Amino acid sequence: MRRLASGLCGMALGVLSGGVAGPVAADVTLGGFLQQNTAFNAAGANPDGRNHKWLEERAQIKLDGTTGAWRLMAKGDVAHDHLGRGSRSELREGYVDYTESGWDVRAGRQVLTWGVGDLVFVNDVWPKDYEALFAGRPLEYLKRGTDAVKLGIYPAFASFELVLAPSFRASRVPDARRFHLFDPMPGLVDRRTVEPDQGEAGLRIYRDMAGYDVALYLYRGFQRTPSMRPDRMTAPTRMTLFHPKLAGYGASASGRAGAGVVSLELAYYDSRQDRSGTDFTVPNSQTRFLAGYQWQPWEEGSLGLQYYVEYMHDHGAYRAVLPAGMPVAKRRADTFTVRATQLFLHQTLRLSLYAAHNAGNRDRFVNPELRYAISDRVWVAVGANVFGGRRTGQFGQLARDDNVYLQTRLEF
Amino acid sequence: MKRWLLVAMAALLPFTAFALTGEEVMKKSQAAFLYPGKDFKARVVMKLIARDGQERVREMTMLRKNMGEAGGEQKYFMYFFQPADVKDMTFMTYKYPAKDDDRWLFIPAINMVKRIAAQDKRSSFVGSDFTYEDVSGRDIEDDGHAIEREEKLAGTDCFVVKSTPRAADADFGHKLTWVGKESFLPLKEEQYDRKGVPYKLFTAEETRQVKGFPTVVRRVMKNLQTGHRTEVSYLRADYDLGIEDSLFSERFLRQAPRKWVD
Repeated sequence: MRRLASGLCGMALGVLSGGVAGPVAADVTLGGFLQQNTAFNAAGANPDGRNHKWLEERAQIKLDGTTGAWRLMAKGDVAHDHLGRGSRSELREGYVDYTESGWDVRAGRQVLTWGVGDLVFVNDVWPKDYEALFAGRPLEYLKRGTDAVKLGIYPAFASFELVLAPSFRASRVPDARRFHLFDPMPGLVDRRTVEPDQGEAGLRIYRDMAGYDVALYLYRGFQRTPSMRPDRMTAPTRMTLFHPKLAGYGASASGRAGAGVVSLELAYYDSRQDRSGTDFTVPNSQTRFLAGYQWQPWEEGSLGLQYYVEYMHDHGAYRAVLPAGMPVAKRRADTFTVRATQLFLHQTLRLSLYAAHNAGNRDRFVNPELRYAISDRVWVAVGANVFGGRRTGQFGQLARDDNVYLQTRLEF
Repeated sequence: MKRWLLVAMAALLPFTAFALTGEEVMKKSQAAFLYPGKDFKARVVMKLIARDGQERVREMTMLRKNMGEAGGEQKYFMYFFQPADVKDMTFMTYKYPAKDDDRWLFIPAINMVKRIAAQDKRSSFVGSDFTYEDVSGRDIEDDGHAIEREEKLAGTDCFVVKSTPRAADADFGHKLTWVGKESFLPLKEEQYDRKGVPYKLFTAEETRQVKGFPTVVRRVMKNLQTGHRTEVSYLRADYDLGIEDSLFSERFLRQAPRKWVD
């Protein structure tokens, strides 16, 4: 990390702060990392015959500059993938902040996270990268940036965060060349994706209530992962991937309870495109509920338990129209998760285990990880992703995609 | 008669000055060490030094605001500069006397504010030899305190107070604290484990007057059993800066204001 206070950068930022000519005092930091990331298959080859889920070198540059009420933050990656994707660059985040005492605004590509779940998403409707999660990449790659304007308003009685995104950004689902995804119509090769041509909007309102952090969430946009619709059910020729319209209404609370922290979260997903539930290609309207508890049973250790349920509101209508041979989703899906973390060697070595189990379809996901900071600049992590369950489940379909991963990062 | 009265008063005077109990000394010490000013700010550099000399650095800005009298509620805000993998991370504590703290952590990589459990106050602060209680204070009522003796420590008159935890859940069996009679700062602390074996040694290496408040600006905590030690320097320590209540909020956890975290 190099700290610069340069007139040149000050000038660049000065332009942002209203076209001020000449050097302006600015505080600029530059940083980044070099990273190697490999995930070895542990249960057989990929659909494309390769034996890695991930094999990549990556560099990130991070620029962070502040002058007065303005801040510019940009994180850019360049990466080389050895599994056929080649060299790519990506703007991970890039935004400008303007801050006043009672309000602020952030414009550009930014990571948004809502809710209180640990790898369970109730109100977190923002884009994710599930491929990153399942291919043993560092946790930050689970989130994709949203291109949006976020307005924060902070009157005394509550805080407001309004997000307006002019264009929709989808979640990234695992690549079918690397993961054994369940496909009800594998023979159908003519596929096309239709992205929503509208934007999306979200509002989060939060405040303290009797020592609890309480939040309300409103969202209007689209399902983040695509649905599939064949052009006709008998002898289909083309499959369309699309993002059904969605509205979300939710709330969360977290705070101290007994010796630990309790988290509660509830959301209603209004499936705007199919309120009657009679279109089996569009997800039903749904209620999601999460209850979690986290505590420290002993020194340097922490345990977190979560119970999560999804409930389909028009299951009868869905069953009535579902064609024969298609996998049947249950009305109610109960999932339990556990996370155990233990720190050693002055918190430079971290052993963690995350496990999720769906009681209905026995879908399961286990992720043990050992991470060691060799020095203040270099850390390595080794871990595994183990999947199981029915062929049609979220994790069960990945049963042949178990992998062991290695992450090495040099920070500068 | 009058003369006798004077003699009696004279005899009583040093006695009253001397009549602080162990608990009162520790209360005054806590007030002098952790509560001076309305608020406080410092750039904190922690060096974690292993027995073999390997060094790791934790660097942060620490902001503290008193919400009432000494010994009462406080709010802490910390912004991390180093190491690189926790850069921009922020950490906030609402500290309450006689009940568990509230703690929040902001993880910039996923832009998430997480409430975290805080019942284990004896756990290590960012991997150092200091515990959370060493950083923000241990409830006076959690221990019984008795003045063992008075003695000079490097030329400074001190009370030596023995503190013994009332409950059996502490990691130490007892501790001796050398509290300066004038400044009431803890200048040295010897912690013993529950078998009575020397466990940790705290020393105030340098004390400076900052806005009239004597302030320990360099301190060391050494684990005598492992040989690991942590050296802490307070750079640019300052008091009474007018830190607003609103700083200690989710808004600023997510977006630490440059004004306070330089």
